[in-house]
Amino acid sequence: MTTPSTAAPVPVLEVHDLKKHFPVRKGLLRRTVGHVRAVDGISFAIGEGETVGLVGESGCGKTTAGRAVLRLIEPSSGSIKVMGQEIVGLSKAEMRPYRRQMQIVFQDPFSSLNPRMVAGDIVGEPLSVHGVARGRERRDMVAALFERVGLRAAQMENFPHQFSGGQRQRIGIARALALGPKLIVGDEPVSALDVSIQAQVINLLKDLQRERKLSYLFISHNLAVVEHISHRIAVMYLGRIVEYADTRTIFTRPQHPYTEALLSAVPVPDPAIKRRRRVLQGDVPSPVKPPSGCHFHTRCPYAEARCKVEAPPLREISPGHRVACHLR
Amino acid sequence: MATFDHDAALARAGANVSGFWGRAAFLARRYPLGAAGLLLVVLFVVTAVFAPWIANRDPFTTNARASLAGPGGGYWLGADFMGRDMFSRIVYGARISLAVAAGATVLGFAIGIAIGLAGGYLGGWLDLATQRVMDIMQALPLLVMALVMAASLGPSLQNTIIAIAIALVPNVARVVRSSTLSLREQPFVEAARAAGLSELRIAVRHVLPNTMAPLIVLATAQLGSAILTEASLSFLGLGVPEPHPSWGRMLSESAAEYVRTAPWLVIFPGIAISLTVFGTNLLGDAVRDIFDPRERT
Repeated sequence: MTTPSTAAPVPVLEVHDLKKHFPVRKGLLRRTVGHVRAVDGISFAIGEGETVGLVGESGCGKTTAGRAVLRLIEPSSGSIKVMGQEIVGLSKAEMRPYRRQMQIVFQDPFSSLNPRMVAGDIVGEPLSVHGVARGRERRDMVAALFERVGLRAAQMENFPHQFSGGQRQRIGIARALALGPKLIVGDEPVSALDVSIQAQVINLLKDLQRERKLSYLFISHNLAVVEHISHRIAVMYLGRIVEYADTRTIFTRPQHPYTEALLSAVPVPDPAIKRRRRVLQGDVPSPVKPPSGCHFHTRCPYAEARCKVEAPPLREISPGHRVACHLR
Repeated sequence: MATFDHDAALARAGANVSGFWGRAAFLARRYPLGAAGLLLVVLFVVTAVFAPWIANRDPFTTNARASLAGPGGGYWLGADFMGRDMFSRIVYGARISLAVAAGATVLGFAIGIAIGLAGGYLGGWLDLATQRVMDIMQALPLLVMALVMAASLGPSLQNTIIAIAIALVPNVARVVRSSTLSLREQPFVEAARAAGLSELRIAVRHVLPNTMAPLIVLATAQLGSAILTEASLSFLGLGVPEPHPSWGRMLSESAAEYVRTAPWLVIFPGIAISLTVFGTNLLGDAVRDIFDPRERT
């Protein structure tokens, strides 16, 4: 996969030092006794027509990051710019025009569609709410969206339970496309689907990207899927980005020990290939009390004394390749 | 929120689900008691609606010579102390019961839904305050609650409806609130928010319709207790006043004085109340089994 012109003047999405800390409350008075640092200062940018994959294991904060970018969860601090405009701190009313620019596709194709609404209304509702189209016009637009994502227009009258998982995910994609957004956050959009359906949905997303110059923030724990769709990949560990580079670099020359371990865990469909597995010891530490210094030092095979004290910054070690590790 | 796919379940059970009557016949065979309950409820509603055509005499006309006349003859179910025809009064009494049951259920559910949805969706101090009020109200039994309300409002048909409606509110608010709490975290609600819908629209269009299944069950179950509560209130003299023929008051007027000399004055209104409440309860049980298979016993 090649990196498209990153020379685009203004990135579609520019995130700087985004943090989301959830307070942990205890006792009768609900005093705050600590914070879950779900997202602890991440920065990245997505250009037009570009896909950035956000990977990491469960609980590393990638889903929270995706929600915070859309302000479905209020960020604790940091900056989010959409087409160069800051959206953190905007009121609900001021947010509305930006809602049209960015949409989301969810992981679970079952709970992401209202079971009491017909598919056509699910996809068409954003159109009426934003005053884009009503009545016949809306019907025609929704029908076109249905056809585009590979459903039949006649299925607009059906309820979600009458569709299969893959079809439901297509409805979710049609809904996200309805307002003509620039950016779509995909929160594990294919993880709940069968492998054969995964490929279809990934290809649909790629086709749509080509047609409409969409930008994707693609959140997944599945590196094989991310490799297939992403131009660049950000690897997250305990709320921080530990490595950020284009897809080829991540897969061929990973620099962070955590990225190495993640990649060595990807199954390769060829029994002849013998690989050195790098199995990490222990579990992910609690994000309430993350380790001092480099969050990864408790599990890192190369950890040194200063890793426990000093948090490594995300440094650019070669053009476009950033790593947060003292040893590289 | 698990949604129950009736068509699939019916098809699995070998039902002809192609038409309304096919389904109805299947459900009637599977829930014979529910069908009997539905029949009683339909009979009750038809009686109430077509009372002027069913009753053979005017329920308000007194006739001194027919005082305490026994069943048979001109008075099918006898006549009361004032010589009013019992059959006609029971037929017209169905109207009072239906008005109270339907009115109280609609009003009580409207208030309960509003409180439960607002509290559950918005949370915070509003939720805390309304839930504590619901706690206090729920600490009293339905009848006692209705008694308190009716006593302070004074006896009239409207006030009886209001009293029973308010007594129904806590249950409804609880059910709506608990569904709302889980629904507001669902991805489809997040999707609606991401699309820029207003919170009010999300609550009404996306959350509320998904709380309906347990509410339908609750509504059918509450119909019977609403009818019974009206009868009890009227029996105690706090319900629907004269000259409206309320089954409960017909019982109370006659019970003390005439139960030995003219037992039909007690027996027939009693049968009317029992059959109607029995019917709504049977229907309620069947509706619960159909809509909420998890609680099937």
